[in-house]
Amino acid sequence: MRQKEQWLAFLLVLPSFLAVAIFVYGFIGWTGAVSFTEWNTLVPNWSWAGLKNYLYLFNDLRFQADLRNTLVFTVFFILLSAGLGLLLAVLLDRRIRAEGWFRNIFIFPMALSFIVTGVVWQWIFNPSTGINLLLKEWGLERLPQWYVDTRVIPGVEWGQISFGIPLALIAVVIAAVWQLSGFAMAMYLAGLRAIPEEIREAARVDGANEWQVFRKVILPQLRPITLSVIIILGHISLKIFDLIYAMTGPGAMFVTDMPGVYMFETTFRGNHYAQGAAIAVIMLILVCALIIPYLWSNLRRGVE
Amino acid sequence: MPGVRRLPRILIYAVLIALSLFYLIPVYVMMVTSFKGMEEATLDRMWELPSSFHLESYAIAYEKLAPHLLNSIYLTIPATLLTAFLGSLNGYVLSKWRFRGANTVFTLLLFGMFIPYQSILIPLIQFMQSIGLYNSIPGLILIHVVYGIPIATLIFRNFYAGIPMEILEAAKIDGCGMMGIYRRIILPLSLSGFVVVAIWEFTQVWNEFLFAVTMTTSTQQPVMVALQNLSGSQIVQWNVQMAGALLAALPTLLVYIFLGRYFIRGLLAGSLKG
Repeated sequence: MRQKEQWLAFLLVLPSFLAVAIFVYGFIGWTGAVSFTEWNTLVPNWSWAGLKNYLYLFNDLRFQADLRNTLVFTVFFILLSAGLGLLLAVLLDRRIRAEGWFRNIFIFPMALSFIVTGVVWQWIFNPSTGINLLLKEWGLERLPQWYVDTRVIPGVEWGQISFGIPLALIAVVIAAVWQLSGFAMAMYLAGLRAIPEEIREAARVDGANEWQVFRKVILPQLRPITLSVIIILGHISLKIFDLIYAMTGPGAMFVTDMPGVYMFETTFRGNHYAQGAAIAVIMLILVCALIIPYLWSNLRRGVE
Repeated sequence: MPGVRRLPRILIYAVLIALSLFYLIPVYVMMVTSFKGMEEATLDRMWELPSSFHLESYAIAYEKLAPHLLNSIYLTIPATLLTAFLGSLNGYVLSKWRFRGANTVFTLLLFGMFIPYQSILIPLIQFMQSIGLYNSIPGLILIHVVYGIPIATLIFRNFYAGIPMEILEAAKIDGCGMMGIYRRIILPLSLSGFVVVAIWEFTQVWNEFLFAVTMTTSTQQPVMVALQNLSGSQIVQWNVQMAGALLAALPTLLVYIFLGRYFIRGLLAGSLKG
């Protein structure tokens, strides 16, 4: 490319680049700055607070519960969505009839808003109606309390909270898996279709049965897909807000609270801007831990 | 196939049908409840079909949501068009005119699509207030365009990577410049790229909630915020909530039903490496 073309090309992407530089990088820096101030009232107060807001959060019952919930939610949400997505993809890849119909049914929740999902599932898991009506009819006596259950299993004392799996999260995980497992399915189906049939045939000729073909031939080929699925679902899970906000709210004892919900409430309902900024920074760090290695390896590959 | 042990077909269909039923539960609940009359929409009869067909919950929900549906339309269409245009331009330059540092610029852009928006929200509100666009639809359009640039750029960059360089070389010999090639060769080839990006952006912006709830109040609110208010209100009956949820979901559902193929392509394009 000639020198002039280099400049013209750069100038064409410059507006977008500047916008992102300000709205993404600039604002992140600004949020970071706010998190080190005393601005926990409606009126901005820029006096230096050091790590005070962060120390407060890590000793705070609610934030400790949020970290526990994020960990539990992320693990179960990714495992179940990816597992179910892989199962569906494998079944759909078997040259079945009406494949298009099935595919559409499994993916359509992706077209819905988390708010719609939250509003509907809230009623389905409402302990006094929904699923519990059916369970009662089938003779179950001790009905699950779903998202209003405050128990944490096993409930090891840890800091201010009891650590373990909050049972209330089960209902939220089911709703989230319902919405996003279709994404994993679409990814895996595309991956399966890209594996040439000859590879499978070759393994079969060598005497492998269907299960061995799947374990030894198909699964290793799908590894890059699994990585993408984990990264996409993982970053959605770490910043989840709408679904919780519409479906359950923070819950009693914060059993269904998440950092995204806490950040919103403390900043915009409680006017604790500096604390909200500190939560946002911690969320960003969690997402970066997931995303930056991925972007970095993409960049390196692009350069080669 | 002889000699190969396979899962019995019947079992595959049984599992697929069972899972389909699970995926359709929320649709069943929404439909059944929203068509019930007021006296029939009680909690203990949730799973029963309506005994007669009512539209009154839709009438109430529509009355409450209509202005906000309109807000969402005014927001979504310009935001989608602008994002798609910028994404196309960026994608073209970053795939066909890789100036020095183009990959770094692309990666820096891409990062913007993964960040939790909570981490830019406080300065964003202050910024929108200072330029006078806080609590306005144009303000939300600006926000969605800027934060939509990364994924639109990614999708178009991948899309244009499939157009061979030879075509560009030939046009260059004929005396076309960078923008001439874009207008005469790239744009006419971009239709399906635009469809994919537009559907993706439309769905994202329509369904978005965090910006909508923090940047707007009362009459400026897009439909998802209004729906959340509807369901959070104690006095609104739940058949109205279900009708409202269906109304708010309808535009993206229709897009999905009629253009699902492109929707899935966007879904995959947004997640595969650049």
